[in-house]
Amino acid sequence: MTKRYSLLSLARQAISGHRGWMPAWRDATPRDRYDIVVIGGGGHGLATAYYLAKVFGEKSVAVLEKGWIGGGNAGRNTTIIRSNYLLPGNIPFYEHSLKLWEGLEQDLNYNAMVSQRGIINLFHSDEQRDAHERRGNAMRLHGVDAELLDADAVRKMAPFLDFDNARFPIFGGLRQKRAGTARHDAVVWGFARGASARGVDIIQNCEVTGMVRDASGRVVALDTTRGRIGAGKVGMAVAGNSSRVAALADLRLPIESHVLQAFVSEGLKPVIPGVITFGAGHFYISQSDKGGLVFGGDLDGYKSYAQRGNLPIVEDVCEEAMALMPMIGRARLLRSWGGIMDMTMDGSPIMDRTPVPGLYLNGGWCYGGFKATPASGWCFAHLLSRDEPHPVAASYRLDRFATGRLIDEKGSGPQPNLQ
Amino acid sequence: MTRKSQGGLVDRALPISFTFNGRPMQGYSGDTLASALIANGVKIVGRSFKYHRPRGILTDGADEPNALLTLHRGARALPNSKAPMVELVEGLEAFSQNCWPSPRFDLMAINGLFSPIFVAGFYYKTFMWPAAFWERVYEPLIRRAAGLGKLSDRPDPDTYDRSHAFADVLVVGAGAAGLTAALAAARLGKRVILVDQDSRPGGRLLAERCEIDGRAGAEWASAAIAELAEHDKVTVLTRTALFGAYDGRSYGAVEQVSEHLPDPASGMPRQRYWKIVAEQAIFATGATERPIAFTGNDRPGVMMASAVQTYVNRFAALPGRRAAVFTQCDSGYAVAADLAAAGVEVVAIIDPRSGDKPGVDATAAVIHGEVVGTHGKCLKTITVRNMDGKTEKLKVDLLAVAGGWNPNIGFASHLGQRPAWSEPLQAFVQDTPPDGMHFVGAAAGRYCVSAAIDDARGKVAALFGREGEVAAIFEEPSLAPPLVVSGCDKKAFVDFQHDVTVSDVVLAEQEGYASVEHLKRYTTLGMATDQGKIGQVLGHALLARQQGKGIAAVGTIAARPPHTPVCIGALAGIHRGEHLKPTRLTPTHDWAASQGASFVNAGLWKRAQWYTRPGDADWIDSAVREAKAVRSAVGICDVSTLGKIEVAGPDAALLLDRLYCNAMASLAAGKVRYGVMLREDGFVFDDGTVARIADDRFVISTTTANAVAVMRHIDYALQVIWPDLDAKACSVTENWAQVAVAGPNSRALLQRLLPDIDLSNSAFPFMGALEGRWSGAPMRLFRISFSGELAYEIAVPTGLGDALMRMLTELGSDLGCTPYGLEALGILRIEKGHAAGGELNGQVTAGDLGLGRMVSKKKDFIGRALAERPALAHSDRQVLVGLAPVDPSHRVTGGSHILPVGVPVSAVHDAGHVTSVAFSPTKGRWIALGLLARGADRIGEVVNVVSPVRETSMEMIVSSPVFVDPEGERLRG
Amino acid sequence: MIIDCPHCGSRDSGEFFMRGQAAGPRPEYADGQDAFAVYVYDRTNLAGMQREHWYHAAGCRSWLVVERDTRSHVVGSVAIAGKAVA
Repeated sequence: MTKRYSLLSLARQAISGHRGWMPAWRDATPRDRYDIVVIGGGGHGLATAYYLAKVFGEKSVAVLEKGWIGGGNAGRNTTIIRSNYLLPGNIPFYEHSLKLWEGLEQDLNYNAMVSQRGIINLFHSDEQRDAHERRGNAMRLHGVDAELLDADAVRKMAPFLDFDNARFPIFGGLRQKRAGTARHDAVVWGFARGASARGVDIIQNCEVTGMVRDASGRVVALDTTRGRIGAGKVGMAVAGNSSRVAALADLRLPIESHVLQAFVSEGLKPVIPGVITFGAGHFYISQSDKGGLVFGGDLDGYKSYAQRGNLPIVEDVCEEAMALMPMIGRARLLRSWGGIMDMTMDGSPIMDRTPVPGLYLNGGWCYGGFKATPASGWCFAHLLSRDEPHPVAASYRLDRFATGRLIDEKGSGPQPNLQ
Repeated sequence: MTRKSQGGLVDRALPISFTFNGRPMQGYSGDTLASALIANGVKIVGRSFKYHRPRGILTDGADEPNALLTLHRGARALPNSKAPMVELVEGLEAFSQNCWPSPRFDLMAINGLFSPIFVAGFYYKTFMWPAAFWERVYEPLIRRAAGLGKLSDRPDPDTYDRSHAFADVLVVGAGAAGLTAALAAARLGKRVILVDQDSRPGGRLLAERCEIDGRAGAEWASAAIAELAEHDKVTVLTRTALFGAYDGRSYGAVEQVSEHLPDPASGMPRQRYWKIVAEQAIFATGATERPIAFTGNDRPGVMMASAVQTYVNRFAALPGRRAAVFTQCDSGYAVAADLAAAGVEVVAIIDPRSGDKPGVDATAAVIHGEVVGTHGKCLKTITVRNMDGKTEKLKVDLLAVAGGWNPNIGFASHLGQRPAWSEPLQAFVQDTPPDGMHFVGAAAGRYCVSAAIDDARGKVAALFGREGEVAAIFEEPSLAPPLVVSGCDKKAFVDFQHDVTVSDVVLAEQEGYASVEHLKRYTTLGMATDQGKIGQVLGHALLARQQGKGIAAVGTIAARPPHTPVCIGALAGIHRGEHLKPTRLTPTHDWAASQGASFVNAGLWKRAQWYTRPGDADWIDSAVREAKAVRSAVGICDVSTLGKIEVAGPDAALLLDRLYCNAMASLAAGKVRYGVMLREDGFVFDDGTVARIADDRFVISTTTANAVAVMRHIDYALQVIWPDLDAKACSVTENWAQVAVAGPNSRALLQRLLPDIDLSNSAFPFMGALEGRWSGAPMRLFRISFSGELAYEIAVPTGLGDALMRMLTELGSDLGCTPYGLEALGILRIEKGHAAGGELNGQVTAGDLGLGRMVSKKKDFIGRALAERPALAHSDRQVLVGLAPVDPSHRVTGGSHILPVGVPVSAVHDAGHVTSVAFSPTKGRWIALGLLARGADRIGEVVNVVSPVRETSMEMIVSSPVFVDPEGERLRG
Repeated sequence: MIIDCPHCGSRDSGEFFMRGQAAGPRPEYADGQDAFAVYVYDRTNLAGMQREHWYHAAGCRSWLVVERDTRSHVVGSVAIAGKAVA
């Protein structure tokens, strides 16, 4: 039986018809009790479990997934990783994440195709240039790479863009060279495999239906579709559905669920070098290793738990695609889908204890959850294991809405569909 | 040529020339590219995605996985076009993709040698060392090898149109069931839209030899179309593919408008995107034939039986001369008969089902067995294994495969409805489609024509309450399950385009990728451009077999829009180039253009940025000249883009008191006041002026950026929060042209314009407002100043804006009247420390802007409570300051950060940032506004202003944000 | 999505702006910061039928109370906000 992945093991298996590969992770059946139970078998939940076992030495950890692992937003995003944030509450966290991405595959022994081909955020006016300069400088002050490019410099990297767009010409771009993409499903599977190998029970088709609390109000067990499971601590990592799960403990969160659509074109030979975003609107695009152009734009703008969107945004996104690179008109849209975003009231995530003893929240990732996956796992594991926030995630307090210590990158206020 | 000399629905009188990989060929009007290639004897059309195996045409529709070609050249190049979906047009150039130098001889076929290693998910297990090699070596190789066709790097030269349509009944598919449904609805007087992706209505009636009401199927279809044309509430859209079902009974479709025309009229769009809202939608979308998994099932010459039937009957094009049929359903026998009738020698019918088939005429010897191998670069022989395990080789150049049917039900999944497995039909069906959606005919498992017609007629009747006409109860046939021939493995394909084999599915399951979604994502099964139409169900059946479960327990993937791929240009429609977003022009735009203005985007508006005059070396010269004119004489500037909202009614004052953080109810009629609105979360939302033009009537101004949001906010306050208030609000932004007249000579200029109004300081002091008339129309005059000079804003009806501007210019010629643009406006307001876009960023409080003392403590207003939260009232907050470089030659840039002098340049010392910059003619140097932590306590401090992304840093001195006339004497003068 | 505006008739949802779940009555200043924090930030965020505020921005500029199922996007009743029971 082969456990370690390598070219050598692959070649050896090729000779024997690949009969020796084992399941990448154990499909566990629930035990009576675990020290820590993580609800949600997405990237964040599995990363949390992985780091709990690997870094924090936790021996009794389970991940409960209502369907199949990676079936939520982990498998529905546009796979972008970056740390080009503006505010001091965010930059160190996302930079921690990017650093973890950079060593992830070797750590997991699973090729998640982390590809640092860079991101360019285009700007189309002097005001936007100033805003990007402010952001780039904030990044540089935090030791994060950022370059301000003029239109000519952008043209050298992406000559196919419509620089002289009749409506919103391109003035330049802010580039983060270390940003890029990763293969989203592989991230899930890699963390699952790593966690499982370190003794974490990954329990699929196990939906949490209730939280059992003792006289003091502490959560002590979970009722699930696979029976009651005792828990020392419970961590929620169910972004998109945080409000629904929190409601099981009578909690109300500063979160609205919104649908965000994503799109992929038919496979094409390489055209786009990295990630490019259009600044006169909201549009981002990259190209997968398989050749599909992967792109998206704004939220649909209404609350939703249905994982699908509607035509007005499809049109908006395609219009902006044409404005950015008018050659795309002849590429065909192959597939579109929707993911449910935990939109918080300031656009930043929440990672904190909740008012319910024993219950911890990791959610509110808005549409930025994928890039956060490793750091989210690391920091949530820190919180669960040590009962104190990790320094780089210390701003993501649940009480910041009461105190006013908001992390509002865009300044759009408590209106999620404007963030 | 393999074209029959007669028969079929092609017009031999209209030959069409085209080329394939540069080779000239000929087809006929009525051909598709696929049928014409077959008629020209082309067997290999391309190479597969991963192993670069030679591939031929497999199907006759949108499920085609192999025949993906690039059409046209240069900017018109259209990659990944499915040959069966392309109508042949004179001069068409088609090219194979993903192979070099040719599809017959492709060097990348070397990949096939590595197929033992290139199994499902192999890339997740390797390419990890050394880490830096991924971006530099492995990934570029993978990316170059992957992908299908090549996108042109030039703008799409075609245009696209968009239309909206509404119907009682939308019918999708113009086969027997669709035509029946459309006719039935039309006869009931319903508004009907019938869409069909084919150039010719009829669906399978064009491909199968069948009779309806004593007429050949194709003839019956033509007659049905003719009758539909008689109904004036019926629209038939051919060449129109429905691509998605959306909420509210909305559907998206794309019509091919001119692609099939050899010489389209100029201005004709290539495609038209239809948005259709339909009360009821009837999906007569047919069924897709299922392949059978057997070793070598991808060899050119192996073709779906239904496709063989299409090419032979509809196009009179023979895909082979010696054929065998591998079938596990009765429809395969009809194909054998059609082949025989067309003069093709049918060597054998291979049917794995045991027992005789009553009622089925076999035109050839039936072998009860399975195909277990195929041979030849293009098919030359097949190996057949009979029930006893004996194998024999048959010499054939065509193998028609009939593996059963999958009803085309994907549109229901677009609305979240999962398909259900039907045991009798051995297929996924939609038993409970979403409201307003109905599947009929083969899409509902009614495969035979008569059953399909009865089904369509009955369902339309039931829909409109005509129960009496409901057709006889349908008896479901017993059909064979998806077939994976035992013993087949790594050369038996379930997803042809992505080279997913039986072995890959087995391996994925073995490694724990055991749900259909994991299987899809690990092997890429169903992710190709046919969207899983061909192989997905087969793959899921195989997964079920591996797990020892029924297919129902394993389930299938929900289809997602678009049903068939759609060009992105079509979805963007006309909103391209300058039409991406509407362009809003100010009332004086033409005048400004005539004065040499350069324009800049301000939201959707175009505003004059500066006016170039002889002697201006650059834009800074122009802006400085204009700003100086305002400070020394008089300038005029169109400020119509600022939002203007009228608020009227007995409670108007009370409403404004609740909307603004400062007091408004106390404002006297004929007066203006500056006001700040907060969001309910306590941060600054917008600022502007409030003018009380009568006791119960106000006109307020908003920033250009927030005009829409403020109107929405006021409507919310009035309609939702305080519906009891007796007040109304209305946006009048577009109704008034407003011009700022600013500078020491502004009064003189306006007095000339309005000789009947006393504009003296005592009669019309600072912050006065009045209504009057100019040029026979209403006029409003406000004595307000953004520049810090004696200044006014005059508003006239929009249509008079141009005349007003011309008159001011004329009257002011000897007063130094100078038009000024946004850049000069920026200089003037920065010199005065007025907050604008860079400062009003949604992250600041009134206190941050130095306006803390304005905030009322005496009334409730939106934002008051949360503005008092600890973090918003904290003394460490960054507040508005002025900044000027110590060295006057330095130029600071917006977005620079501010740190104390003498500390490391790092985040821990970051104390703020520069929000706005301008060259100040008054100060003779660049100046800036910024937000600086505890800025009010740091006036006079020298700070380090850095822009690491520009590699600049400079020392600047912190000051009050007001650089000019801090006492405000000029504007009161 | 199609919303039946009581003033304008059936219109595509693209004409509207959704503000969010129809919040309860606005507290008054005297109710304190906590009451406002709940009003401004906390959401039940139901999966199912809920009442929402939609603004017919490209129509009559009315704020509407729209009953809508967040799981299926099915729109139920639509009423003018001021006249609806809050």
